Amino acid sequence: MQKYSIFSLVKNALTGHQNWDLAWKDPNPKEEYDVVIIGGGGHGLATAYYLAKEHQITKVAIIEKGWIGGGNVGRNTTIIRSNYMHDENGLFSEFGMDLWRKMSQDLNYNVMFSPRGIINLAHSDAQMNAYARRGNSMRLNGIDAVLLNREEVKELIPMADFSDNVRFPIFGGLMQPSAGTARHDAVAWGYARQADSMGVDIIQNCEVTGFDVSAGKIKGIRTSRGNIKAKKVGLCVAGSTNILAEKLNMTLPIETHLLQACVSEPIKPVLDKVVTFGAGHFYVSQSDKGEMVMGGDLDGYNSYAQRGNLPTLQHVLTEGIAMMPFLSKLKMLRTWGGIMDMSMDGSPIIDKTHIEGLYLNCGWCYGGFKATPASGWTFAHTIAQDRVHELNAGYSLNRFSTGHLIDEKGLGTKTWIS
Amino acid sequence: MLHIKCPHCGMRSQNEFSYGGDATVKRPELNKEVTDQEWDNFVYNRVSPRGKHFELWQHLSGCRQWIKVERDTATHEIFKTYKANEEIA
Repeated sequence: MQKYSIFSLVKNALTGHQNWDLAWKDPNPKEEYDVVIIGGGGHGLATAYYLAKEHQITKVAIIEKGWIGGGNVGRNTTIIRSNYMHDENGLFSEFGMDLWRKMSQDLNYNVMFSPRGIINLAHSDAQMNAYARRGNSMRLNGIDAVLLNREEVKELIPMADFSDNVRFPIFGGLMQPSAGTARHDAVAWGYARQADSMGVDIIQNCEVTGFDVSAGKIKGIRTSRGNIKAKKVGLCVAGSTNILAEKLNMTLPIETHLLQACVSEPIKPVLDKVVTFGAGHFYVSQSDKGEMVMGGDLDGYNSYAQRGNLPTLQHVLTEGIAMMPFLSKLKMLRTWGGIMDMSMDGSPIIDKTHIEGLYLNCGWCYGGFKATPASGWTFAHTIAQDRVHELNAGYSLNRFSTGHLIDEKGLGTKTWIS
Repeated sequence: MLHIKCPHCGMRSQNEFSYGGDATVKRPELNKEVTDQEWDNFVYNRVSPRGKHFELWQHLSGCRQWIKVERDTATHEIFKTYKANEEIA
């Protein structure tokens, strides 16, 4: 594989950029693989990469219905954080933060990781208490957390509304300084390029139409490009998990919902943090191009549409303007939608299934992008060793029937219903 | 924007409704031994189909009645609406 560096850039610039290698190949599916990963998004590509790198399993195929990186890894708002209270989420995400910090070097691909910090705003004394508790829990797990008072928040984000006559005044906030953003497409491409170079077949435009299961064991998959035998199969298809589960006669604790995001026209640098509104569901950061990247609530009803509906967008941006009034002056450049696996406790599932050799990675709700490296790493471990790693032991499929929910928001089942 | 025909009030904008999820889920019968699996299916497990979906909505900013809606989850086409106590045909 061609190594990317300043020297390769200069060399190729001088030769008119005609001699770059293809970043990954476009192979036809082989008859058999050791592991087939369904879904060529961030998590699927990362899983294949860590299977090859950490477990030396390279007879691997990624089967993607569309094109790699065309789903949620290319549709999210690029936020990376580990500001969770519960051990399962905190330790898992913080392990991921470490992988994020090393990712550009590890993949020889600039993923533009920018640890600029995230601030969750608080709008009442009670919320400040809750944030103090969450911040303390984070610090006990080795995650950086800083509780900010109103004046400290004002220093960091003076453009927020600090006037006296607002419905939700800013009391303070909880900041994770090491959180940030990364270039989402680059993450998919970086993993794809490295996985491909280690022998993984990335097979695009190939739809999975069924599974071959006999005597409770996975034997292979059926696709629009023929049958493929596989010793192990991993599902990484957030948004389409329920569709594939139905082909396996499985019913999962997941509903498929639509989440929208949008960006404004590009403006000069104004915001160097990720900020979330604490009295509703709205988050904003500024991209390197200058666009304000914004998102918030789900559309609220089951959807596979991959496109949004205006009432929710209006509701979300109303919250945004309440938090930062200057946003109302901006023109909207683009809005888009992606479909999410909404799990019943708001936490993901990375586990084995009742079918031997079939593994499940799903239920990422709003937070799939930041989990990409940790999810790929633990899922690769689960597949390669046929047992869960301690980092994803809590993300079990049967926690719903045993009552071991990871209810980060303390809202019980169906945490997204408003 | 969705337009939902409330069986009590007629065609109304989506903004007047709130969503209540899958309408086909049935609570296990009372006074009967319920297995963990049955309870699991009722509380957590959902088919969440791509295509035709029977779901509950409440006409919250209207007559406040719960209704059933038959909607396509990929195209958002609404085929039919029912009163809450009507059986789905």
